[in-house]
Amino acid sequence: MYDRSAKLAAKGVGIEYWLHRSKTLFTAVKGVDLTVRPGEFLAIVGPSGCGKTTFLNAVDGLIPIADGALTLDGRAITKPGPDRAMVFQQPGLLPWRTVLGNVIFGVEAQGSMSKAEAIDRAKQQIELVGLKGFEDAYPLELSGGMQQRVNLARALLTDPEMLLLDEPFAALDAQTREMMQLELLKIWSQTRKTALFITHDIKEAIYLADRVIVFTRRPGRVKNELEIKLSRPRDLRVKRDPQFLTYEDEIWESIQEELAVPAERLQAGMPAA
Amino acid sequence: MSIKEADRVLPVATGESEVRREKRSVVQPSRAKQYEPIVIGTLSVAIALTVWQLVANARIWAVLLLPGPWDVAQAFVKLFQTADIWLDIGTSATEMGIGYGMAIAVGLVVGLLMGWYTRFQYALDPFVNFFYSTPRIVLIPLFILWMGIDMQPKIAVIFLGALFPIIINTMAGVRNTEAALLRVARSFGASDALIFRRVVLPGSVPFILTGFRLGIGHALTGVVVAEYIAARHGVGQLIAIASQTFQTPKALAGVILIACTGMLLTTLLQRIENRFQSWRPQIR
Repeated sequence: MYDRSAKLAAKGVGIEYWLHRSKTLFTAVKGVDLTVRPGEFLAIVGPSGCGKTTFLNAVDGLIPIADGALTLDGRAITKPGPDRAMVFQQPGLLPWRTVLGNVIFGVEAQGSMSKAEAIDRAKQQIELVGLKGFEDAYPLELSGGMQQRVNLARALLTDPEMLLLDEPFAALDAQTREMMQLELLKIWSQTRKTALFITHDIKEAIYLADRVIVFTRRPGRVKNELEIKLSRPRDLRVKRDPQFLTYEDEIWESIQEELAVPAERLQAGMPAA
Repeated sequence: MSIKEADRVLPVATGESEVRREKRSVVQPSRAKQYEPIVIGTLSVAIALTVWQLVANARIWAVLLLPGPWDVAQAFVKLFQTADIWLDIGTSATEMGIGYGMAIAVGLVVGLLMGWYTRFQYALDPFVNFFYSTPRIVLIPLFILWMGIDMQPKIAVIFLGALFPIIINTMAGVRNTEAALLRVARSFGASDALIFRRVVLPGSVPFILTGFRLGIGHALTGVVVAEYIAARHGVGQLIAIASQTFQTPKALAGVILIACTGMLLTTLLQRIENRFQSWRPQIR
């Protein structure tokens, strides 16, 4: 399982933070062991509050880890870098910048591209995410789905080794979410970038991923993992495939066990009251 | 999805004229609706002036106590026929320009520094609180004592009056930077300098301009009151002398001069604010 060619490797990763209000150490995840293979689309699901987003933030380098080792291509992750790009749950677009201005913000922040080149390539990227004609629109003029396309284009333009997606479609309505999943797969199949996708939506995870990892409840760690052997390209009909439903049942059961954990175990990871 | 969705959000341009982004609404407002604010505003001012004139015409009170708008207008014209008025306006404008200009320069820099560096804020907070909660006008006698009755004490009062609203608003602008935007910038490895220039500063512009606008009111108060107490020239001095010598129409003409200046400057800044906010969808 832990092949040396892993893109991302987490070994015994623990993340803690200090809660100022209650003056306690809060353990978000503990002992996470997982690998992401090059070019793989890996999804992590788990009960809400299980620390999956916290884990992703650590992979992005936004927060430090307290325990274990977290490496990308064998190098320890200590801070954000151009080899990773995050697609955020909240689009986080600069409201005073147009779509084009927002898409180039990532490479502008990295300082990795001349402005002319960035604009040129941003236009292609905007077309790829289906926003052609909206280059000069402002974020507040866009719907939630369109804002997330900008969010995605901004990350893709930096041409990262690894794409990190933090529940990017969670705030969208059901229909828009399905369309975005379809389009994400289409875009991903063109680039085949290693992707780590966090979600609480089991169907979404199965539909998108090559492999799904289930986190336990807090403090989160890997409970279960599942190879998704559905052929690609996948269209939305695959969600009614019997194999798909089997995967769904298995993951759902796994998560339900976590939800049913008795209260004593629950408290182990919680701050002392 | 994208096309359907797009249609709902952005109206498609029709006709040969270019559709400007800020003119977004489902239907083009009719011409009458466009001029509504100006028409209603003018009308209400006209009514107020008429009522004032009628009451003054009734001469229940002497002109000395209640001049009509016509008397004031005449005084206004007469005022501008004298050579002194330009000296008065020039003096007040110079005081205002120097004092307010310095307040903008210093207030902006200090406000940004206080917003960005917490320790800098800790160090200056006591002073900002002290001066902001004290009416700066009480300092005028001291300033006159120190600096005489020329322009310097007025400039000092104007400066101090406009400075603190600018500092406080600028600081609030920096502090109110959205956490999500900072996270995005950090995630893409933005340097602190880039975060400041591209995220914090543009996000603070509305706050900063509000500070500038509030500062104008404080600065004008400073000009008038400082000149009122002791001065050689200036519009405030003009009002003071006119009212002390019972030239009420002339005093009111001076008041109107100040009020118009304030309105003009505030409107100008409002325009600039709107220019910076073209990305914000209009509420109306």
